[in-house]
Amino acid sequence: MSTVTRAHLTETIYTQVGLSRNESADLLEAVLARMSTALEDGQSVKISGFGTFSVRQKGRRIGRNPKTGTEVPILPRRVLVFRPSQVLKAHVNHTAIPTGDDE
Amino acid sequence: MTKSELIAELSAANPHLLSRDVETIVATIFNEITAALSRGERVELRGFGAFTIKQRDARTGRNPRTGAAVPVDEKVVPFFKAGKELRERVNRGKSA
Repeated sequence: MSTVTRAHLTETIYTQVGLSRNESADLLEAVLARMSTALEDGQSVKISGFGTFSVRQKGRRIGRNPKTGTEVPILPRRVLVFRPSQVLKAHVNHTAIPTGDDE
Repeated sequence: MTKSELIAELSAANPHLLSRDVETIVATIFNEITAALSRGERVELRGFGAFTIKQRDARTGRNPRTGAAVPVDEKVVPFFKAGKELRERVNRGKSA
């Protein structure tokens, strides 16, 4: 399966917006950096038509080493979850794109 | 933070760019990720995370209100896995 990377996204910005390749790469980085900072602050990032990235607090629980079976405490932690929008779900399934309010 | 707030902040940080262009850049990024996933490809952004699709088999669901069995077709769902750096930053938080 082929993989899209920063280089591909930079190239698309370069051709669509007409910035230099360097500046296109910088802007892509700026978008990812700004989103990362918001998430680090515990904020959600909501991109309409795409999806919502949010931070969820997980409590302490007892896990198990699957190889040895020994119990290991899993400490409380914060994890990032992504909820795809209805529009994105429809795109990947090649079904009709819902219109109107998109969560 | 919403998409429009993201665009506004990036525009403020890049005064040499038209905000219309910043808008196009942000739209291009998410459109391109969407297009790649629709083609069945994965998108890997080191340090940030990877977008992939997962295949879900058909199953028999239930209408939670009536309890009636409803067939659910097989489908594809978009999935995001945070990269190591972002995962650690989110867990640590800014205050820590």
